[in-house]
Amino acid sequence: MEEALTEALVLSRVQFGLNIGFHILFPTITIGLAWIVAGFRIRYEMTRDEAWLRTYKLWVKVFALTFAMGVVSGVTMSFQFGTNWPGYMNRVGNIAGPLLAYEVLTAFFLEATFLGVMLFGMQRVSGRVHVASSVIVAFGTTVSAFWILALNSWMQTPAGHTQLGGALVAESWWRVIFNPSFPYRLAHMLLASGITAAFVVAGLSAWRLLAARSDGAALKTLRFGARLAAVLVPLQIFVGDLHGLNTLEHQPAKIAAMEALWHTERGAPLVLFALIDEEHGRNRFAIEVPKGASLILKHSLDGEVKGLSEFADRPPVAPLFLAFRVMVGMGVLMLILAWGSQFWLKAAPPRWLLWAFAGFTFAGWVATLAGWLTTEIGRQPWLVTGILRTADAVGPASGAKLGASLTAYAVTYAALLLAYMVTLTHMSRRG
Amino acid sequence: MDLVLVFAALMGFAILLYVLLDGYDLGIGMLMPAAERKEQELMVASIAPFWDANETWLVLGIGLLLVGFPVAHGEILGALYLPVAAMLVGLMLRGVAFELRVKAEGWHRELWNWLFWAGSTLASFAQGLMLGRYVTGFEAGLGYWLFAAVVGASLCGGYVLLGATWLVLRTRGELQEKAVRWARWGLMWVALGIALVSLGTPLASETVRSRWFDFPRTLGLMVLPAATVAIGLWVWLTLGKSDSKPFAGAVAIFVLAFMGLAYSLFPYVVMDKLTIWDAAADDSALRFVGVGLVFVLPFILAWQIYSHRVFRGKVHQGIYER
Ligand code: HDD
Ligand code: HEM
Ligand code: HEM
Repeated sequence: MEEALTEALVLSRVQFGLNIGFHILFPTITIGLAWIVAGFRIRYEMTRDEAWLRTYKLWVKVFALTFAMGVVSGVTMSFQFGTNWPGYMNRVGNIAGPLLAYEVLTAFFLEATFLGVMLFGMQRVSGRVHVASSVIVAFGTTVSAFWILALNSWMQTPAGHTQLGGALVAESWWRVIFNPSFPYRLAHMLLASGITAAFVVAGLSAWRLLAARSDGAALKTLRFGARLAAVLVPLQIFVGDLHGLNTLEHQPAKIAAMEALWHTERGAPLVLFALIDEEHGRNRFAIEVPKGASLILKHSLDGEVKGLSEFADRPPVAPLFLAFRVMVGMGVLMLILAWGSQFWLKAAPPRWLLWAFAGFTFAGWVATLAGWLTTEIGRQPWLVTGILRTADAVGPASGAKLGASLTAYAVTYAALLLAYMVTLTHMSRRG
Repeated sequence: MDLVLVFAALMGFAILLYVLLDGYDLGIGMLMPAAERKEQELMVASIAPFWDANETWLVLGIGLLLVGFPVAHGEILGALYLPVAAMLVGLMLRGVAFELRVKAEGWHRELWNWLFWAGSTLASFAQGLMLGRYVTGFEAGLGYWLFAAVVGASLCGGYVLLGATWLVLRTRGELQEKAVRWARWGLMWVALGIALVSLGTPLASETVRSRWFDFPRTLGLMVLPAATVAIGLWVWLTLGKSDSKPFAGAVAIFVLAFMGLAYSLFPYVVMDKLTIWDAAADDSALRFVGVGLVFVLPFILAWQIYSHRVFRGKVHQGIYER
């Protein structure tokens, strides 16, 4: 990259990445968990079985804490665009602003208002209204994902806009929202949330079983989480493949970097592992599957895949290559655990399996963060593909100011994350 | 109809609602150390179902600033960089403390109680500081920062007044009597603050000076301070006699202060630099969001009224049965 990476630019990027990386941990759980908890609540309404009520009450506590973490870190996010990327707002504010505003109007108020009724209103409203509140909250979280992913996808694959003076304006809001990569990204993210929540449910239940072997309810929720994961993970792999093909069409440089393909090739190999030598533009110690990349990306053994040397603007290769492998690797491990455990879970599960699920409690986070890193770093050096460079969007905040706020955020986040994880595992051990 | 003007009004409305609603939450957070353990549970119970929705008005206000006035959004948040960061850290600590203080045990619990108070206070003070910096057009200089600090302290007093009168409305018995006393302190604090700020603002800002001392308009304007004083007295007199009037009065004081502020600023969105028309976004964006606002805002208000109705009346016990 030739642009001068000024101090402010680097710090702004680190700060934004830290903030959104912290925020996304919690939505990934809440979006999926909201539906699961609503499901428990509906089950109780239909069966009137006290066991379901207890299950609901336990998981609604986990949900409430996660939701609060999501809310406070999200409020921080809504200030980030203005404080760190004023160039972004000046140029694409006419498109980004309305999408964010619709998220507030149609999602945030819905979830925030009915959350109160859901968490505290069980004695005060009828069963039906209470069930409805739980469903509304779940619906709100999903709507929220819809809008924010519309914006993010538009930044990846912009469509439906025209130039007006120095700024962009929407020509067709429909095409802005349903831009080429949006359906894939939305599906992939919603599935990621479902998977993450499934492993949280299974994992915390396993923690509980490790402390109290005979807790029947915990065994039930462990089975439920594992089964849900067994269904969702294969779906995710399928959707991920489609997503990759879509990216190949619209952001070929990103794919080339993800696969560490330096030169255009027919019958390109699938690089499993390698040391990336960014300077000389080559891979060292590569372990490859011959013709693998052509097969996956072109669905033919000697399809042509474009290499990095074809592109003037290209993202850094090493982090993309690595992050993508972490995501896919986690996907494969999750598949093995979810499917492999089904037989053992029929009876009382062995201790090693409980430890495995306990260890995988937050596995969804690893895959999700790796996925987002792939997506976002893969867009570089662009902030909005082909329209706005990251370097042109940075704010006037000085390095010292950024350093101070970055430190404050980092300390707060580290403390909150620790408190969150410790509280959850303690809570689940207590049952 | 002028779309830009409508947008500015709606943004002002969202910010005013934020201040009123989260104001009572933050005020109660600041009052926590003054109460006993059992009372603290009641105080938290009186706001727990609402705080999240209340805070969402802040997100909407900032969102509308971003949609309607993207240039001003960058300018304002850039200039307020550090106070905004402080406010956000405060709001974060306050928000998660709702959940963590009930789940923790022993000294952890004390720590979260303390952070609940500290977060509320930090956020309130930072908001006042932002306001103080904002009305002076972000002028550099020690005097301007001092002025902003006074505004910060005054806003804390105002939030304490809102929080205490909210407790008068929602509690009974000993806690209610305490709340009456807290409200009196809050009221005196606010009176002092408003007096200082009213003296200081014309000194700190030339634009405001010329607005306020522009005869004969000044005479008409005198209605605002006169009404504020009258309502302040009314709150003082009804405290201890009525459950609901003090809170209504506190709200009215905030509305009046807000009107005074709006008068001082209009039509600037960044004092002396950018008018709302200079900073406005393209019509296509305003129209797209305007339609949404017209349709959705009534629903949002209806839900929030509904939720306040579900949880109306006096609080009896902590609602976190965990
Ligand atoms: C895919 C999902 C997703 C992504 C990518 C983001 N968010 Fe988020 N956000 C949610 C999904 C979500 C949610 C599920 O709706 C949350 C999280 C947990 C929660 O409680 O609501 C939420 C909460 C939340 C809140 C608080 C809402 C409230 O008061 O109830 C704000 C202001 C934001 N977010 C803003 C943002 C911004 C500006 C983002 C991007 C830069 C962002 N979020 C990324
Ligand atoms: C939700 C998960 C997300 C994660 C984990 C994430 C992560 C990141 C990271 C790590 C960066 C820094 C990249 C770099 O500098 O190399 C970044 C940049 C950025 N992302 Fe995201 N992002 C997410 C979602 C979003 C969304 C939803 C939006 C907008 C709607 C967004 C907008 C931006 C912007 C404006 C930047 C700053 C410019 C840049 O450095 O490219 N991100 N993100
Ligand atoms: C195992 C097979 C998987 C494949 C083939 C796959 C494929 C992809 C691709 C190609 C992208 C990026 C695209 C781009 O920006 O162009 C992506 C992003 C992402 N992945 Fe995966 N993925 C897989 C598994 C997972 C799993 C298991 C999770 C989480 C539980 C996950 C979460 C994400 C997220 C959150 C993103 C960023 C958001 C987005 O762009 O949609 N992925 N994935």
